Amino acid sequence: MQATHAIPHSGIHEEHHEDAGFWRTYVFSTDHKVIGIQYGVTALCFLFFGFLLMLMMRWQIAHPNAPLPLFGPLLHSIVGDQMAAGVKNAAGSIIGYSITPTLYNSFGAMHGTIMVFLAIVPLAFAAFGNYVVPLMIGAPDMCFPRVNMASYQSYVVGGIIMLVSFFIPGGAAQAGWTSYSPLATSIASHGQTFWLIGMIFLITSSLLGAVNFIATIIQLRAPGMTWMRLPFFVWAQFVTAFLLLLAFPPLEAAGVMQLMDKVAHTSFFLPTGLAVGTLGHISGGGSPLLWQHLFWFLGHPEVYVLILPAIGIVAEVIANNTRKPIWGYKSLVYSALTIGFLSFIVWAHHMYLTGMGIRVATFFQTTTMIISIPSVIILTCLFLSLWGGSIRFNTPMLFVMAFLPMFGIGGLTGLPLGFNFSDLHLHDTYYVIAHFHYIVAPGTIFALFAGIYYWYPKMTGRMMNEFWGRVHFWLSLICMNLIFQPMFAQGMAGMIRRMSDGGANYTAAHNTATGLEVIGGLSDSLIRLHVFILWAAVCLGLAQIPFIINFFWSIKHGKPAGSDNPWNATTLEWQTPTPPPHGNFAKAPIVYRGPYEYSVPGHATDFTPQNEPDKA
Amino acid sequence: MEIPYTTEVRKDTGLYNAKVGIWLFLASEVMLFGALFSSYILLRVGAVEWPYGWLNIPLGTANTLVLITSSITTVMAWASLKMGNFGRFKMYHAITLCCALTFLGIKSYEYHDKFIHYQVDLKDGRIVDGHMEENNKDEIVILGRYAKNMHDVLDLHERKDLAKPAPIKIERSDIAYMENYGPWHNTYTAIYFTLTGLHALHVIGGAIVIFYLWAFGGKMWKSDPERFTNRVEISGLFWHFVDLVWIFLFPVLYLL
Amino acid sequence: MANLFESLRQGTAKLLGMPVLASEHGQQVDNLIIYVHWLMMALFVGWLAYFAYALFRFHRSRNPKADYIGVRNHASNYIEVVVALVEAVILLFVAVPLWAKTVDKFPAEKDSTVIQIVAQQFAWNVRYPGKDGEFGAQDMKFVSADNSFGVDPADPKGKDDIVTLNEVHVVVNKPVLIRLSSKDVIHSFKVIAMRVTQDAIPGMRIPLHFKPIKEGRYQINCAQLCGEGHASMANGYMIVQSQEEFDKWIASQTPAGAGGGSFE
Ligand code: HEA
Ligand code: HEA
Ligand code: CUA
Ligand SMILES: [Cu+2]
Repeated sequence: MQATHAIPHSGIHEEHHEDAGFWRTYVFSTDHKVIGIQYGVTALCFLFFGFLLMLMMRWQIAHPNAPLPLFGPLLHSIVGDQMAAGVKNAAGSIIGYSITPTLYNSFGAMHGTIMVFLAIVPLAFAAFGNYVVPLMIGAPDMCFPRVNMASYQSYVVGGIIMLVSFFIPGGAAQAGWTSYSPLATSIASHGQTFWLIGMIFLITSSLLGAVNFIATIIQLRAPGMTWMRLPFFVWAQFVTAFLLLLAFPPLEAAGVMQLMDKVAHTSFFLPTGLAVGTLGHISGGGSPLLWQHLFWFLGHPEVYVLILPAIGIVAEVIANNTRKPIWGYKSLVYSALTIGFLSFIVWAHHMYLTGMGIRVATFFQTTTMIISIPSVIILTCLFLSLWGGSIRFNTPMLFVMAFLPMFGIGGLTGLPLGFNFSDLHLHDTYYVIAHFHYIVAPGTIFALFAGIYYWYPKMTGRMMNEFWGRVHFWLSLICMNLIFQPMFAQGMAGMIRRMSDGGANYTAAHNTATGLEVIGGLSDSLIRLHVFILWAAVCLGLAQIPFIINFFWSIKHGKPAGSDNPWNATTLEWQTPTPPPHGNFAKAPIVYRGPYEYSVPGHATDFTPQNEPDKA
Repeated sequence: MEIPYTTEVRKDTGLYNAKVGIWLFLASEVMLFGALFSSYILLRVGAVEWPYGWLNIPLGTANTLVLITSSITTVMAWASLKMGNFGRFKMYHAITLCCALTFLGIKSYEYHDKFIHYQVDLKDGRIVDGHMEENNKDEIVILGRYAKNMHDVLDLHERKDLAKPAPIKIERSDIAYMENYGPWHNTYTAIYFTLTGLHALHVIGGAIVIFYLWAFGGKMWKSDPERFTNRVEISGLFWHFVDLVWIFLFPVLYLL
Repeated sequence: MANLFESLRQGTAKLLGMPVLASEHGQQVDNLIIYVHWLMMALFVGWLAYFAYALFRFHRSRNPKADYIGVRNHASNYIEVVVALVEAVILLFVAVPLWAKTVDKFPAEKDSTVIQIVAQQFAWNVRYPGKDGEFGAQDMKFVSADNSFGVDPADPKGKDDIVTLNEVHVVVNKPVLIRLSSKDVIHSFKVIAMRVTQDAIPGMRIPLHFKPIKEGRYQINCAQLCGEGHASMANGYMIVQSQEEFDKWIASQTPAGAGGGSFE
């Protein structure tokens, strides 16, 4: 603060003194650290909400149309009969309420939307990016603090619109997070309209954020912080920002067009010869595939938006806890950039079975295979970084060590999907669900947990409890695998995703009911896995309790961090006071070396901060 | 510690922050309109017959010239500030704003012209196409002509063979279906209204910013002229982009 | 050697739990899946072994002082190159040619069972050319609630066409040629045992072909979310039968008349 007072203020800075009062400091703050924390807490809440939706869905999958415990009556009071149907006992009196297919569909769509756009991206990109990036590059704040605040507010508005849509007649969007037309357009209720408007706010938020991040990283690097001295986390955020900046606008365009289809009755995505009553008179002449192309042009880069920041966190934690430099820093950077470019030309691997010709198919299979190589390189570098290290296993490191094989499994299972001919069998099965959840759940989410445990002392000045951290880790790791591993088996057996009855209609039981014996229905043992998965998911939820308590309890009662740099780290964020004051650094730090100078031979300590002057 | 390079440029990049910001933002804008243009191509390729000659080329040309003028005056406005002449800046940007209003005026006239334009399918299979003159309870009057087939409705480009528009009285009871040329009419009007509508929104946005700087900029010009000049430059860059988009829109929608 | 490979392949198929197989090309689908999983397992096991060793060997209790350089050799580059090569081989010599076959090498209409299928919420409309062996002329503009196929009511060829709901009869060991479309939203035609999946997209008519090699009654799945009935769109069956039975069945059907797909 003193430092900031010393300098004459130019317009923008007036309104965010520490003494600017509660509202300006905590709610309408333009300080990147406060905004980062706002993003973080909001996103964690959405993460939890997305999980609750999924718990209810898992119940419905495991026990189709059985009364939903705990939430059933609540749901019924919120969404009414046609969404939460009353279940009667023999005597004919209502014993509870179950999830109807319609409600299941909107939960599914919203789980996907919330997890991707309201939980993981805001947490991985906006929250950590906002808090850590400016500190890491030695900047006083983001380039455009006001834009930064606007970005967060736009995100909140988008989130609120999404939440409100649950309460409108007909409920929230029901056409999956992919919102394929004509289905999305033909559903009579207005959930989809809310979804589209909400998305436009979320996209705006991301665009503002992306511009801000890139400008900040280009402009505000401290003296001596050359590109190749940036911590890999910053590189990851940099590439991520570019993906958001260039991939989101096409979805925005598509969203506008679908909105036109919905409210102005145009036919962008509606072909001639549709016989759908709810649509009324339409001109036709549109193309359903156009929507898919525009959606996946965002969709695929988006998935790398979900993973790159996570990999960034992983790199930081590994370097810090192996006490040695990351192996192949340059290859990491170039791989990340390559992934960035390539992720714009693989989108149609989500559309293999829309009747694709040889040329197109060959092109996208090839690019899909090529893009897996940089990922392989990244993982290899991270693995090799362990060699020769002096590994200390604290909670962040544990989560990161789990991330590697989990991302490995998720990534590897992307390969059979990547070949058109094998996707023929796996497309739209639970194999796909397992594939990407291994990456985003025990992958990304674990990396984010690691990040929280790792940077917590910088944000609060206190450590989170180590013991409960380990409990949280081991339980989460086990449950995650118990949830998603069985899905590979189900998917391989041909079980389709997005089924409100978990496939009961495809079981042997159902088929024998039709009289004639049927080959190739889903075996009962597969269906029984549902119950197993349900309870694994419940346990996963319970496993979060230690974390949530730890998270809030440690703010006041955690063990004091002791120093500004409890992990003995080299990067700049640890060279500031804790928590960093407004303006971050008393005076601009000067950078003398790369980010991971650990265990430098001949150096007194086993870490050499980036801003420590070389002794002449 | 304060945010550096808010007005002065950073040596190695040679830019000040806001300049980087606006270029990045424009990059995303390119992707936005790029996506819509590609959609236009895809829809047009997929169409059985694409309307031709539906828009008023003289009006389009006029609007193009209006926007180009506004771009020039925008540059001049910025240059005058560079030369420290606030008065000339006021003058030039006044013209810019007038151009913006003219553009929007002409555009809304063109919109209105489409909304009163009807295609009426008669029960006997004939088609009447033209502007709604009277719209009464049991009969309507269209200033237009009978069309033998859809081709005569869709392709109006230098069709000497088509009859001159004349008032046609139609009993409501004879009408099978009738619809005006709103976005819903076909994929051409859909993309036309979406593209030009989105562009118009950009024009309005840009105009508001420019007006704000024009009307209330005086104070900042006194306190921090360099910063103010930068803001004018930024808003100018955005304005040029909006102009550029139209340079693409005009041939694509009016001429091709 | 050869039968070692074979037993390895079958072992993996068991391990992955590949479902019943009843079509000719299905074998190749399974094989591709199996080969790719070999690559995956090799990578995973290999890395996991290294991983476990590294975590043990370099625990700070055993290695208190970290080594600034770490790995010095370039073995990893070779691993990466190998991965790339294997992927390239699978891609160029297995995946691409096989796909070419699926979407290009269509059987001749005369020696295959030709069928039209139009999906709707939430059922499958199936149409066979009647005795004349020709379908009635169709056009999108005729499509309506009770004319899913958009058959031209004026066309005599359409009169003898045979239309069924949710029941696809095909002849064993004879290529099947299906023209797939949808009249409302996007569905996806999937018969697990046949290893076929194809989106049914309104406004498009997409051909697909396969050769069933095992008689029986198979379930037709809808693999694309298509509304609240998606999960219960499960009453479609594909009956694979001998030529005689098939002809008997055809004969037993009453022609639809021009209307097309009304199923009262
Ligand atoms: C963060 C998210 C993320 C990431 C990183 C990826 C990465 C990849 N994805 Fe995935 N994908 C999704 C999220 C993601 N995907 C989602 C959300 C969907 C479904 C969308 C929907 O339909 O709803 C999807 C669907 C999807 C499909 C469509 C399937 C279908 O619908 O039919 C395909 C097809 O090609 C595919 C391929 C790939 C490939 C080849 C990669 C490659 O980039 C993977 C490269 C990585 C590796 C090859 C791993 C390297 C491993 C090692 C080197 C050894 C490791 C060993 C140990 C650690 C012990 N993905
Ligand atoms: C980033 C994306 C993401 C994430 C993280 C998840 C996480 C999870 N997902 Fe989901 N999922 C999707 C994206 C994601 N999902 C998408 C895109 C789809 C496709 C939707 C569609 O078909 O359209 C999908 C679909 C999907 C399905 C298929 C549904 C169907 O096809 O019918 C299933 C089924 O089990 C599932 C399960 C889960 C589970 C059990 C988790 C768990 O891993 C959840 C773990 C989370 C927690 C345990 C909560 C932790 C919370 C906290 C720690 C809170 C702390 C709070 C404070 C401190 C304030 N998901
Ligand atoms: Cu039809 Cu799903
Ligand atoms: Cu993808």
